[in-house]
Amino acid sequence: MKLDMKTFSVACAVLLLIVSSAPVLAASGAVDDKFKWMTFAVFGVIIGITMYITYWAAKHTHTTSEFYAAGRTVSGLQNGWAIAGDYLSAASFLGIAGLISLYGYDGFMYSVGWLVAYITVLLVIAEPCRNIGKYTMGDILAFRNEPKKVKTVAALSTVTVSTFYLTAQMVGGAVLIKTLIGIEYEVAVIGVGVLMLSYVVFGGMIATTWVQIVKAILLVSASLLLVFLVWTPYGFSLPAFLQAVVGDVKVQTQVAKLLGDAATSMSPEELGQRFLEPGLFLKNPIDQISLGMALVFGTAGMPHILMRFFTVPTAKDARVSVVWAMAIIGGFYVLTLFLGMGAAMHVGPATIAGIDKGGNMAGPLLAQYLGGGADSMLGNLFLAFVAAVAFATIVAVVAGLVLAAASAMAHDLYVGVIKGEHASPQQQVTAARIASVIVGVIAITVGILAKGQNVAHLVALAFAVAASSNLPAVFLTLYWKRCNTGGIVLGMLVGAITAIAVVMVSPNMTYPLQVQADAQKVIDGAAGKQDAINAGLAAASDPEAQEKYRNELAKLDKDLTKAQDDLKKYAGQTTSIVGLEKPLTQLKNPGLISIPLGFLCVIIGSLLYRDERAERMWDELYVRQVTGIHAE
Amino acid sequence: MAKTSINWAQIEADPRFQELYRKKTAFLWGLMVFSVIYYFLLPIGAAYFQTLFKLKVWGPVNVGILFAMSEFVVAWLIAFVYSHKANAEFDAMTRQIIAQLPGKGH
Repeated sequence: MKLDMKTFSVACAVLLLIVSSAPVLAASGAVDDKFKWMTFAVFGVIIGITMYITYWAAKHTHTTSEFYAAGRTVSGLQNGWAIAGDYLSAASFLGIAGLISLYGYDGFMYSVGWLVAYITVLLVIAEPCRNIGKYTMGDILAFRNEPKKVKTVAALSTVTVSTFYLTAQMVGGAVLIKTLIGIEYEVAVIGVGVLMLSYVVFGGMIATTWVQIVKAILLVSASLLLVFLVWTPYGFSLPAFLQAVVGDVKVQTQVAKLLGDAATSMSPEELGQRFLEPGLFLKNPIDQISLGMALVFGTAGMPHILMRFFTVPTAKDARVSVVWAMAIIGGFYVLTLFLGMGAAMHVGPATIAGIDKGGNMAGPLLAQYLGGGADSMLGNLFLAFVAAVAFATIVAVVAGLVLAAASAMAHDLYVGVIKGEHASPQQQVTAARIASVIVGVIAITVGILAKGQNVAHLVALAFAVAASSNLPAVFLTLYWKRCNTGGIVLGMLVGAITAIAVVMVSPNMTYPLQVQADAQKVIDGAAGKQDAINAGLAAASDPEAQEKYRNELAKLDKDLTKAQDDLKKYAGQTTSIVGLEKPLTQLKNPGLISIPLGFLCVIIGSLLYRDERAERMWDELYVRQVTGIHAE
Repeated sequence: MAKTSINWAQIEADPRFQELYRKKTAFLWGLMVFSVIYYFLLPIGAAYFQTLFKLKVWGPVNVGILFAMSEFVVAWLIAFVYSHKANAEFDAMTRQIIAQLPGKGH
């Protein structure tokens, strides 16, 4: 342990160095240069708190159970906050508020599935998993199946799901940090990576849990404060608040832009009201349902969520923790409705999308506005706080994922498969720490390599793989007597491969012919548009209108450059990575195909395979998952 | 832990265990099916029943917004109903079964 503390101090020193050098490396971002010190001060405080937690946790992390499961001492309430902290990633915290600020109703509708997902977790997964499991999903599957086979497949699937999710978080997080405070992308990736690794390696699950709790509390408090400020002028009346939103010119302009020609016959009131109606963002209902399926079944199969249920002492605490998590997560999504709508009204969709196309800046910009604007001290303090919370969010979520992937590698693969369960407690903890470092280094490397890639669909893919591979296997081994090793192996492999394959042939991939055609269209139309704008500019008399036309010209110029770059970049290419000229399916989310197939393959595989142990062990599993007798 | 001391088949055959399992399963599946159907009504409604969803009922607040909000309320209700039932009934039944075990298992 002495050595650990020494290494810990070294890690702290490295981190301090990174943090202190960050202001120098920071170029430009949403935070004005003269207020940047404030952002770093808030960052410093939050990092300091989490470092102290890690220091304290490291002293209590000696055994395998402490490293993977916080010694099963986490209470239901604490675990509820930790689950919320694990789940409310930057994508949901900033992304959903952003979607609402740009597309209104559809953004809010999108958030619903993320909460409903927890009903599955509560009703069919949390308690049985707590009763049967030890540290990993592989343990649950190995209970009555051939351990080496199912643990290998479970580890593969866990690492796949975690890596997809991890990459999305790393890339999205680093871009976000760059946009907010201008820290270079690579520095942000390494900073997040090193910080997260220090929590996991030294403090294991205890530190990870408390970092998630702290982050969730910060996130909810910040959101509550912003909603309080944005809602107070309307006397906390929902209709009065929304009336102000639909009456706002910026909102009306956004709807007109989204609807295009269809908007010409609509009055400003109608345009504003349209913001509260479905269909501005989500066009394909089948895709919607497919994504909904992936969320509702995938959350219960996410390894880092499953792992949280091993940290509580009993099944009852697991139940309590999901109920708390649902209250916190649901409450948070209701707050995002106000954050998103407030940002649309006060900041304006055009400004939000101007800084970040996905709308991720809606929350931070609203914070700045509510504090008094871009030039005010308080406005920038608010922005600094939200930016720091966003940073803490990314680090906490990534830590949970790394721990889940590392446990699959160390506990399932190394101890379970390679060592045949014969490893001393000391060896097990060491293996877990080494695995964490390996996963962390992979995460940092992939994060840097994936710079500039569009990784947004990786989150949906992670959920789809979890829903098609992990959930059918866990669910059927817990509830279906005939389920056995053959079914688990076949179902998990087919489910995961199908989910990935469908995405590879979907519109999510880049199709050079399509890109070239689009670019050509922009170039062909540019001359006409330019003439129109120039004519408008010549006719415009007041400076405000002239400014507007100049901005349009600049935007056209930017689009044109991008189109020419695209043409150059994809010149001579005709097919996507997998050799397709156009997508085979219009489905962006594979769940609708891969989830039923995953279930079907577990059933077929089980029926074709003979496994006496699986049948013999059924009585024990069945009684134990219901009653919790002998639960660890 | 002496895992060999328990006769799992015997517990499984116990009528009280059978009753617990039957009640729990029926209750869970009822809630699960209801919640999945209720959830998918939202994207289906937003896509195919837009006239209804656009109906204003409370200032600018329309049926669609109220329905989306009701999804949250229903999810919380399900969580509340389930945990209430489990705390009051299932846990007590489980305790009874465990109390009957030779050496009380734990």
